Amino acid sequence: MTTYLGDVAVLARKDLLLELRSRDTVPALLLFVVSALVVFRFALPADASDLAATGLLWIAVLFTGLLALTRAFVPEREQRTLDGLVLAPCDRSAIWLGKGVSVLVFLVLVEAIALPAFALFFAPVDGPTVAAFALADVGIATVGTLLAAMAAASRARELLLPLLFLPLAIPIVVGGVGASVADDPGRYLAFLGLYDLLFAILAWATFEYVVTE
Amino acid sequence: MLVVAGVALAFFWVPTTPPPEGFRQRIFYIHVPVALTAYACFGWAAWKALRLLWTRGERYDLESYTAVHIGVIFGVLTLVTGSIWARTSWGVWWTWSERQLVLFLILFLFYSAYFMVRYSVDPGPRRANMSAVYALFGVVLIPVSVLAIRLAENLIHPVVFTRDVDENLTASQLATFVVCLLGTLALAVALYLNELTGKRLDRRLRELREAIAA
Repeated sequence: MTTYLGDVAVLARKDLLLELRSRDTVPALLLFVVSALVVFRFALPADASDLAATGLLWIAVLFTGLLALTRAFVPEREQRTLDGLVLAPCDRSAIWLGKGVSVLVFLVLVEAIALPAFALFFAPVDGPTVAAFALADVGIATVGTLLAAMAAASRARELLLPLLFLPLAIPIVVGGVGASVADDPGRYLAFLGLYDLLFAILAWATFEYVVTE
Repeated sequence: MLVVAGVALAFFWVPTTPPPEGFRQRIFYIHVPVALTAYACFGWAAWKALRLLWTRGERYDLESYTAVHIGVIFGVLTLVTGSIWARTSWGVWWTWSERQLVLFLILFLFYSAYFMVRYSVDPGPRRANMSAVYALFGVVLIPVSVLAIRLAENLIHPVVFTRDVDENLTASQLATFVVCLLGTLALAVALYLNELTGKRLDRRLRELREAIAA
């Protein structure tokens, strides 16, 4: 168990260190999410409610997540790291978990900027919304990492990932937007938690088959 | 195929309600069995996918693929009949408050991406594994989406349409429904076996051609 967690930590650290040295993903994501919010400001009619803006915030974060996931397996593919990782004497699901953790860190960094920016431009952000984003991040990272590994192995690559990811992300949007705007956010948060749990188990159990023959 | 003819007979035999309700009643006998059959296909695909990952039996890949294929066909039929139902019941071709329809739209998008995966990965064990994993995700997505749609409905549209047809089925209606369900299931099985044979032949042919070329 400890060796498993150790493997995960090493793999996640590798990705974060790579990002820290090259700095080519997180700044781009931050810029993207802020530009998206600005674009949405002009897409909304002048008398649109804050509720509509909240929905658009979720879309902005979802697409930023998609962007992060598209980048997630690029170094693996370009430098053929994945072959090495698969051959490494560790459980294959640790690769998924390590990658998922690094994606999660990127998403949290993005939201640390996106939520204050949203509060500045549109409307204040309340506690349930922050909780919903935290849960949604876990969902995006777990499901997305597995699908990104799939897409990286295909010929269509960047094109395939959104097609695979968006239908699976619909429940995340439902839960997230619900928790942000409804009077009783508890049910929506519970739903997001259930989603995370179910898909985390499934992705954890099946990742091995995606990266091996 | 005979069962399908039976379905058509049952279709004209049962009507009991006055005209405006009548059509709506009848489409129920098509729409709901078709939807259930689509679920059955997706479930079958996931079962075969699980068998593939479990036993590594190569034949399960084609079986799972065929089941998804047939499932998508029935899913599209569900969307079409559901749309007609919405038109006759509420006068619009599309309504976001009809759960079944929204669910099938999501599933349609999801399983269309399944074909994209298959077509953009080279044939081999890797593709078989990936398709199988995706099919398993689908079967988990179904209940999750049902829940999500239920939650979203409260959010967007607090008024829930009651489906009176479901509740008080008379004996003859129930009999017709069961016949229709068996009919569509039999049709799905027939299509599945047919398609499977076709795909197997196709692959055999390709293998032989490659053998000749080599």
